[in-house]
Amino acid sequence: MTNLEVNIHGLTLKNPIMTASGTFGNGYEYSDFFDVSCLGGIILKATTAEKRDGNPYPRMAETANGMINAVGLQNKGVDFFETDIYPKVKYFNTNVIANVAGSSIESYVEVARRMNRFEHIAAIELNISCPNVKQGGMSFGTKPESAREITSAVREVYDKTLIVKLTPNVTSVVDIAEAVIEGGADAVSLVNTFMGMAIDVETRKPVISTITGGVSGPAIKPMALRMVWQVAKAVKVPVIGIGGISTAEDVVEFLLAGATAVEIGTANFINPRATVDALEGLRKYMADHKINDVKELIGGLL
Amino acid sequence: MIIIGNTRISDDYFILECKDSQPLPCIKPGQFAHIKVEGNPSVYLRRPFSIHDCNYEKNTISFLIKIVGNGSATLSQLKENEVVSIVYPLGNGFSDEVAAEGKSLLIGGGVGIAPIFFLAKELKRNKCDYDVLLGGKKVSDLLCYSQLKQFCSVFCTTEDGSEGTRGFVTDHEIMRNISRYDRIFCCGPTPMMKAVGKKACDNGIFCEVSLENKMACGFGVCLCCVTPTNDGNRCVCTDGPVFNINELKW
Repeated sequence: MTNLEVNIHGLTLKNPIMTASGTFGNGYEYSDFFDVSCLGGIILKATTAEKRDGNPYPRMAETANGMINAVGLQNKGVDFFETDIYPKVKYFNTNVIANVAGSSIESYVEVARRMNRFEHIAAIELNISCPNVKQGGMSFGTKPESAREITSAVREVYDKTLIVKLTPNVTSVVDIAEAVIEGGADAVSLVNTFMGMAIDVETRKPVISTITGGVSGPAIKPMALRMVWQVAKAVKVPVIGIGGISTAEDVVEFLLAGATAVEIGTANFINPRATVDALEGLRKYMADHKINDVKELIGGLL
Repeated sequence: MIIIGNTRISDDYFILECKDSQPLPCIKPGQFAHIKVEGNPSVYLRRPFSIHDCNYEKNTISFLIKIVGNGSATLSQLKENEVVSIVYPLGNGFSDEVAAEGKSLLIGGGVGIAPIFFLAKELKRNKCDYDVLLGGKKVSDLLCYSQLKQFCSVFCTTEDGSEGTRGFVTDHEIMRNISRYDRIFCCGPTPMMKAVGKKACDNGIFCEVSLENKMACGFGVCLCCVTPTNDGNRCVCTDGPVFNINELKW
């Protein structure tokens, strides 16, 4: 019997495969394709204190083996979350994790405090790494001091598992990881998107309305893997790997680099069954390599 | 799905016919499909295309596609019996159920004729009263013109005057007497849809347009394909692609 179970600071995941925030809606959008409760966790689209309409169209550009987005945290706010989203997601038979974003420390704290009250929200992922908003987002996540400060402010009001999602747009992601752990993070997830841009050579204008956006997809996987490996070596808390993961082989790579679990993101757009396909592939990989417990793979790089 | 036909109808356009091994779900004109493009490293995302026709007996759907970039150019090379991944049907179609009463005007511009042709066939099947107005730069852009003429009344305009009235669809004489129609269904380039929408608005006529924004997911999770509406930014893929013009901030 293969054991796929992993632990993120007291949070038990039935398998290490989760969904990356912003690529999986609120989970139910994928129910036509497969039973989403089979995943280790579902990380919901970011929630902010107030409703946000996001950035103007165009918000997306296709790039080689990936895409750039500048959605800008469009969501209907935490009140709507309580009345319209939570009543639906609470029935998933897996870990439902809220992604919390904001424009000020107070607004992050406000959303985290509200999320703390929802019995079926197993954990929060603190988004201090969104590159597509003018205030907040990545600006908190690029300096160790502000990353530590916002994490500890949220820690004071949030009792369950606190994951902090890190940006790769820094000189030393290890420094930021260590700072948020000092601030009270139970786990770190990395990486959010890499800042990038695309230009339309016919019009000589930027392809997306905000000029720059966040690059995701297989194109960023090697850099993400390197950062996960560096952070996993340096810290003692669980690391969740994100960045271009599309297949079971990608999942195994991130586990070997030291990730305890992974989040699959952009691949969901191209293959709505990417997560469940990767899960089936992971089972097959373990069977083929006579691995009984997935934990044997974590940090198993030789 | 399996490709059972790929017919080049001119330098710029082709019709792709695909067969599903399963019975087709119910498909409404205006709904679209998201097609995965294989074998071109510069194409990563799926490409959305309006469903142009469907055949419930043969379990086939077809797409009328204009070659505009890498994605459509790669799809134009597909051969019979090749397998393609297609997610369908997606989005909301035209409100064709309201066409049972009164008279409708269907307006298609360029490759926007693809869903208009499907809608015309459905309205014919449901014995609705309607006219079709096609617009294009030149006569070769008047797609499906001869097919449509076989079963409904069709008017047309071309910018170069090579067929029908010279100019845009809004220059056609039937647009001067637009009040004889109870509703308009329209798909084409955005400036055309805006001009038609304005005409409909000015005359208080029900008007639906089908938008074509760039998409990543196609089913409402990435929030990339949004259009500004009275209710904020909404997804073209799941809230549209067909919108009533009164909802849009045009």
